[in-house]
Amino acid sequence: MTTSLAGDMPNQPPRLVMKSITKQYPGCLANDAVDLEIAGGEIHALLGENGAGKSTLMKIIYGVVKPDSGEVYWEGERVQIKDPAHARRLGVGMVFQHFSLFETLTITENIALALGDEAGDLKALADKIRTVSERYGMALNPDRHVHSLSVGERQRVEIVRCLVQDIKLLILDEPTSVLTPQEVDTLFITLRRLAEEGCSILFISHKLNEVKALCHHATILRGGRLSGDCIPAQESPASMARMMVGDETPITMDYEKVLGSDVFLQVRGLTRISEDPFGVDLKGIDLDVHAGEIVGIAGVAGNGQEELLAALSGEDTVENHDAIHFPCGPVGHLCPEKRRRKGLAFVPEERLGRGAVPDMSLKENALLTGFLTGLVSKRGMIDHQGTESFAQKIINQFKVKTPGSETHAKSLSGGNLQKFIIGREIMQKPQLLIAAHPTWGVDIGAATAIHQALIELRNQGAAILVVSEDIDELFLISDRLCAICDGELSPLKPTPETSLEEVGQWMTGVFDTATHANSTS
Amino acid sequence: MLVKLEPRGQHSRKMAYLSPVLAGVLTLITSGIFFFLQGLDPIHALKTMLYTPISDTYGLAEWCVKAAPILLCAIGLAVVFKAQVWNIGAEGQLLIGGLLASSVAVNVIEAEGIWVLPAILLAGVIGGALWALLAAWLKTHFNANEILTTIMLNYIALNLLVFSVHGPLKDPNGFNFPESAMFGDASLMPVLIEDTRVHAGILFALFAVAAIWVLLSRSFMGFQIKVLGLDHSAARLAGFKSKRLVWVTMLISGGLAGLAGAGEVTGPLGQLVPQISPGYGYAAIIVAFLGRLHPVGILLASLLMALIYMGGEMAQIELNMPVAITGLFQGLLLFYLLACDVLINFRVTLPWLSSQKTTAEQVN
Repeated sequence: MTTSLAGDMPNQPPRLVMKSITKQYPGCLANDAVDLEIAGGEIHALLGENGAGKSTLMKIIYGVVKPDSGEVYWEGERVQIKDPAHARRLGVGMVFQHFSLFETLTITENIALALGDEAGDLKALADKIRTVSERYGMALNPDRHVHSLSVGERQRVEIVRCLVQDIKLLILDEPTSVLTPQEVDTLFITLRRLAEEGCSILFISHKLNEVKALCHHATILRGGRLSGDCIPAQESPASMARMMVGDETPITMDYEKVLGSDVFLQVRGLTRISEDPFGVDLKGIDLDVHAGEIVGIAGVAGNGQEELLAALSGEDTVENHDAIHFPCGPVGHLCPEKRRRKGLAFVPEERLGRGAVPDMSLKENALLTGFLTGLVSKRGMIDHQGTESFAQKIINQFKVKTPGSETHAKSLSGGNLQKFIIGREIMQKPQLLIAAHPTWGVDIGAATAIHQALIELRNQGAAILVVSEDIDELFLISDRLCAICDGELSPLKPTPETSLEEVGQWMTGVFDTATHANSTS
Repeated sequence: MLVKLEPRGQHSRKMAYLSPVLAGVLTLITSGIFFFLQGLDPIHALKTMLYTPISDTYGLAEWCVKAAPILLCAIGLAVVFKAQVWNIGAEGQLLIGGLLASSVAVNVIEAEGIWVLPAILLAGVIGGALWALLAAWLKTHFNANEILTTIMLNYIALNLLVFSVHGPLKDPNGFNFPESAMFGDASLMPVLIEDTRVHAGILFALFAVAAIWVLLSRSFMGFQIKVLGLDHSAARLAGFKSKRLVWVTMLISGGLAGLAGAGEVTGPLGQLVPQISPGYGYAAIIVAFLGRLHPVGILLASLLMALIYMGGEMAQIELNMPVAITGLFQGLLLFYLLACDVLINFRVTLPWLSSQKTTAEQVN
């Protein structure tokens, strides 16, 4: 892939210049004298870990947040962006990570609502949507209702919403996190065409391969400060990662792929109608997880992951007891506590407010699922000392950064809390660990620690099932891989025998990849 | 918006405990002003209300008599409220407890033996518990909001009681007064100090405080109750049985309220009358929150509430104030407590003030 700096126009002032932007939140310096310069027609990456200050900087550009100090120049003129409406008038468009669309309205109606008075006639707007979306290779039918759109299509609606206006700078916040690899390619084609026409793009991401493939320039933030400035084409993902995390943090390594021994979790024909009208029904899921292996399930969010996880954890029970089998027998009807007694441990997607009680101390949160490890006496009394030392062991062994075990769960950072929760589950020596999005929103250092802990548990002979939206992560740690789409599971293949393309197709529901056989490896 | 509340970054545990004290002081100041406006000397009036009633042994004994039912109801409410189950029906549970205890007591007037009183008290506990379980059943099976059902059950309980003292339980030799017969000696609570009315009820209440303290802070059941109240999904994840916890907490709270009712009829009253409670069950809700749902806090708060009841009576006698003064004190206390809590957890900002300022800056 080539990167050509299309917008290299020396006679014109840069599209956007930000000089020593500082923003202080209570207890947190989100931006510390950050500089940013984006030329016309440039695709500029803003890189950084969670909490590095990317979101704050982007919200300042879009007028959502006002900086405490610093200067913003738009096409050479000093401006104070008052609010998002002002930003839109200047020609700034923004696609948020979480879409704000009304499910029951059509695409045209949604865009008209976002534009307000500028929308004008709905018919004319629909025509404009059609032309714009075709021109940039993002086919959309303006009359379709949003609830019938896939996540990728919804993102297109958000992008088109920006493009129907006169746009000069498009900000995309982690746009690829919700897309399949094929959809990512399509998005990149669109973005490149936009840039060639002179529109600047600010691409916020932490996926370094994508940044290297797409962006002309990258600004890297760490802990609210500028930590690097580079041309991604001339860098390696590893060198950019170093700028993101600093020198101390160990980063990704390769893990050996292994084959498991006996089957621990056996799922046969798991079918479950969701109680939630907008939920996904599980359709005849078959899955085996062997002791001593990690099985990964890829998939775009909202394709039945939550429902599958709840059925496996016991939060939802299934009528057909035999559908879920542990070596000791059918468990489909058992509650979470009983399944835990039979060797299950579970790391949910939500850390605060499911994995941990926000207003309870770490010690109490250790007891939350750790109560089966002899922390409660026969007479129903809590062994406070035992709980305290259990919590301390988790904190020490998994290097949870906290003042102590009396700290409330809600005051820990996402990565630290996730280390604590994973530690709590692993310390119970489970025979089966099910983890949902184990490193979602976690910084690279913590993610590496979590991956290592999972691999170690696998090597001790536990069966591990990981559900994640991050394909790179799944390829890194899984021994076997599959994908879930609309409540159905794709075939399960050993990781070395599959490819990013194949898993991408599985994610869109094309399970019969043998006929599309184009062995790309 | 005229006023906006912004959450404060960190919660101060010290302030959380100080808030009830602050509310108490503010209540004193406000009622002082109120007395002044009524043409009374505020210091004298407050002294009459809050000191005179307990200035002698008899007064202190009466204090315990009044505090016992409030404490029993409030300590039970601490358990349900921890689980975020909003039982507003302690009053009804107290009345049914008193009613059921009385219906046993009037049938054993002649009986002798140490089993009589325990049987009557047990009937009271069962009555209160059943009344609470009715609401628990409606909640777990039909998802009916327990706030509404328990309030409605309060009125049903009151009418049942009134019906009973006018009908089946009326004293046949009572000149048609709506009262039951006086209970037999074996049915009455033993008096602790001679020449006063203080009875064993206060001991039951203190025992309940200790037991609930152990339940909430030492037992795994208490831990499950707290988790359920703070975070429903976490309780589900851990596999705690939320329906069973609702039943258990309602059972405890209703049972203790029922015991309070039984204690009233077998203690200071000695018979069933229509007015066995001047709203103890409702006052207990204020007490539970004033005491921060903590057993020790609740013990102190129920003493304060009992004092307010006695002070109200004293104000009626000495200051010619209406009995509504008790309700006024309770209302002020709850109002200030809620206000203090809001101001401790949130910062009040005036958005129109700051937006005016920024527009002014932009004009310049």
